[in-house]
Amino acid sequence: MNEQTPVLDVEDMTVTYRTEKGPLDTVRKVNFKICAGEIYGLVGESGSGKTTLAHAVVRYLPANGFLRSGRILLSGTDLMSLSKMEMREIWGSRISMVHQDPSSSINPAIQIGEQIAEVARAHLGFSRKEARVKAIEMLNKVHMPDPEAVARRYAHQLSGGMLQRVLIATALTTNPELLIMDEPTTALDVTTEAVILDLIKDLMEEYNTAVLYITHNLGVVARISNQVGVLYAGEIMEEGSIAQVFKNKLHPYTRGLLGCVPRVDANKKDVSLKAIPGYIPRPDNLPRGCIFAPRCELVEKACTVERPPLAKAEEGHLTACRRFEELKKIGDVVADTRAGGTKEDKLGNLVLEARNIKKYFTAAGGLSAFWQRGRSVIKAVDDISIRMRRSFTMGIVGESGCGKTTLARCLIGLEEATSGEIELEGELLPYSVAKRPPEILKKMQMVFQNPDASLNPQHPAGSSVARPLILLRNLSRKEVGDKVKELFQAVNLPEEFIERLPHELSGGEKQRVAIARAFAADPALMICDEPISSLDVSVQASLMNLLVDLQESRETSYLFISHDLAAVRHLSDWIAVVYLGRLWEIGSAEDVFVPPYHPYTEALLSAIPIPDPDVKQETIRLKGSVPSTMDIPSGCRFHTRCPRKIGAICEQQEPPWQQHGNYHQIRCHIPIEELLEKQGEGLLKKMPVEGVIN
Amino acid sequence: MYRYLLRRFAFILLTLFLASLIIFTATQFLPGDVAQIILGQFATETAVENLREELGLNRPLHIQYLNWAGGFIRGDWGTSLVSRTPVRPIVLERLGNSAMLAVMALLIYVPLGIVLGVIAALKRDKLPDQLISGVSMAFVGLPEFVSGLLLIAFLAIGLTWFPANSSINPDTTFREAFPYLVLPAITVSLTGLGYITRMTRSGTIDVLRMDYVRAADLKGLPAWQVLIRHVLRNSLLPTVTVVAMGIGWLLGGLIVTETVYGYPGLGRLIVYGIQRQDLPLIQASSMIIVAIYTFSNLVADILYGLLNPRIRVGE
Repeated sequence: MNEQTPVLDVEDMTVTYRTEKGPLDTVRKVNFKICAGEIYGLVGESGSGKTTLAHAVVRYLPANGFLRSGRILLSGTDLMSLSKMEMREIWGSRISMVHQDPSSSINPAIQIGEQIAEVARAHLGFSRKEARVKAIEMLNKVHMPDPEAVARRYAHQLSGGMLQRVLIATALTTNPELLIMDEPTTALDVTTEAVILDLIKDLMEEYNTAVLYITHNLGVVARISNQVGVLYAGEIMEEGSIAQVFKNKLHPYTRGLLGCVPRVDANKKDVSLKAIPGYIPRPDNLPRGCIFAPRCELVEKACTVERPPLAKAEEGHLTACRRFEELKKIGDVVADTRAGGTKEDKLGNLVLEARNIKKYFTAAGGLSAFWQRGRSVIKAVDDISIRMRRSFTMGIVGESGCGKTTLARCLIGLEEATSGEIELEGELLPYSVAKRPPEILKKMQMVFQNPDASLNPQHPAGSSVARPLILLRNLSRKEVGDKVKELFQAVNLPEEFIERLPHELSGGEKQRVAIARAFAADPALMICDEPISSLDVSVQASLMNLLVDLQESRETSYLFISHDLAAVRHLSDWIAVVYLGRLWEIGSAEDVFVPPYHPYTEALLSAIPIPDPDVKQETIRLKGSVPSTMDIPSGCRFHTRCPRKIGAICEQQEPPWQQHGNYHQIRCHIPIEELLEKQGEGLLKKMPVEGVIN
Repeated sequence: MYRYLLRRFAFILLTLFLASLIIFTATQFLPGDVAQIILGQFATETAVENLREELGLNRPLHIQYLNWAGGFIRGDWGTSLVSRTPVRPIVLERLGNSAMLAVMALLIYVPLGIVLGVIAALKRDKLPDQLISGVSMAFVGLPEFVSGLLLIAFLAIGLTWFPANSSINPDTTFREAFPYLVLPAITVSLTGLGYITRMTRSGTIDVLRMDYVRAADLKGLPAWQVLIRHVLRNSLLPTVTVVAMGIGWLLGGLIVTETVYGYPGLGRLIVYGIQRQDLPLIQASSMIIVAIYTFSNLVADILYGLLNPRIRVGE
């Protein structure tokens, strides 16, 4: 296909770490090529060796890591033959790298412009002055508003999206042949992610750079890359063009990953997600045959005998599955139709009603709060009302900093609301959790984002789960023991995990313990604040299934907060869209995901990375980032970024709530009919229906 | 930044006020009556009573406090009960001596501690690190009277490079005092060095792990540039605080070292005052030490702010 020398040619690369248990091959016999102007997406879950692979390519491995075999050619230069000093000359000039967390990848003590300029000085031989001009030119290239001013700022003064632009600008300063990006958008909001992905795509076309793009997000790969390699436990399982891999899916692992991603046009009532059973094997304990065999549905005896090589299945499409011919015939099994089918919707009893919740913070803390009182007020939550019924899930979506978490913390009482009423099963609650009696605490529980921080590292998993039983339910010792066992069973954890300490558990297992603990009190309402965001897709899928099953058997209500709209769509009956402390749209999940949308919802939906290259989403991109909650725009709070702003009215008047259908409400100045007309069929309609029906 | 400074300054005044209250109250609880101490055991009741009246000791406590504090602010720090001379010149002279020793010690242990700490961090868990960390911790634990006596034995008596006794005269200049300062400064440095080394080591290790250091490496900057501009710039921040806090200790807390070498510093002055129940002397020198502590902390915070844009520039 391509006759030119590839920019990056990795041949038969094996990366080994020296450990106490002996050498461990974390990446094995990997081959791939990237040509100029091509974006190669490398997908894998955590532990698959993505980052090791990237660091091996640039020879930036930790002291105990080395290349056991293989060659790395950069436009014909054999990188393995170069000294450390020679590598330093290649870093930043011929290969640049952009890492995951932009806020930690920029030195907090050095001005932004200088951090770009130093690259120009080191590699292009520029003088101080020339380098400064170059830095501003590069900031312009990444569409940075007001580049001269930004060049003089420090990292803490910029948002995550802006910082990622700075890193991209830095990386492109020398016009490198190869750009390696390691999860560059993972730490960003969906809306920002979409903008950055567009930017990367445009710039790569302009600069004709070869890109190695590493991510765990299949949707992002589908959106940005031309070629894709699926990495599993240090080996490439499938490789090909985007269309080949996403449509033909000639490896069960690829199929598994895609099955884990919730769809934006169906939810828990229609389908259950297909989680991949088991765990990624560790490099010191690899199965003898195919490394995916223990988790594979299509496994047969021959798979476990010999490891299948990565072989050609069709032109340009490689797979490491020996049964790919059969896979071609089997067709898609993306998701299971849910047993029992669609359940009848009936309104359960009211569990929680929150009316006009407000939470204001004063900006200054300590003594100065005295004389600054009333001046700089942060309106984190500003007049939000929601109602929740039994066995019902309310999803709350919005960008970070819009007040989702504060709202949840007010409801549970970790944060004292400034005003408003919170009623649980008809009983008015005190604002502070400290003032709520145990019977109330029992009824409301919370699962936090980071299970590492919410489980006591010194206590075995079982005792974390036992605590609410003892404190809130007054059970005897024996009853507690039985109940803990039962809860572990309910969250699908083996009984022997009761005695384990958190550090002996994986991220997904820890979150299961946290869920078991929340259910220990037998709550009527559970608040889940991004409970699956930090986990791998396959783990996310199994946790979502678990939440659905538990809800069904225990009739619990969930308040589910997430920035992952597909997950919210899957789990929620009802969705509330929050921006700058207020609700802008609320309705059933089905209604919110089809027009009419609030323009903000529309932008959020258009930003979802969908793992299907055939879905051509309309690109509605928001400008800038969420305004400061200290300085909330007048009129409609969204007018500063709204792509559908109609005029002065948006700046001056608070928009009214408009009703569409029975329960769907939108707060916008644009009349519903007009929204319907403008938004047409909607953003996600072109999604081909597959697998679900029949 | 200005508002920040203003606020910090207000806090210093508050700290000094509270400290003066505590010092004044504490000295009230010292055993014995001041007038009695001045006049001696055999003074008559009336003579004692007259002196009490004269010194204002019969007035209510808050009036006494205000008189003392007011005088202190105006520069009238009272008269020493023992020497019957004004306290201020005595304290200031000792403060000058302590400052000379402090400067000398800082010049030795700060640069050395930073260099050793950085080396230890770069060679983490290898031989150089183990050596540096082990030895510097051993010195922290070694009492000054031991290290001081050992230094005297080897460098003063054995090799006769430096004088063993550092009891310099008043009004000695830094140049004249230099040979007398070397041994006490080394003694103090042995203790101070460990803290600086440890702080620098842990700060540098933390920063070396940061993503932005990896990013700087992968920008292809020369290794020394990564170390100085990207690592040390951030990793020395906690060290700055330790250095500044050390200033208070150097000026007021070197009682043992000053005693071993007979060096006339502020620390020994307080001990002397306490032994003789010289209240004005105790009060004045304690206030000075408190003031030095608070101001050196302010200097540390300002330096910290200057080096750290998050504080300097604000959000």
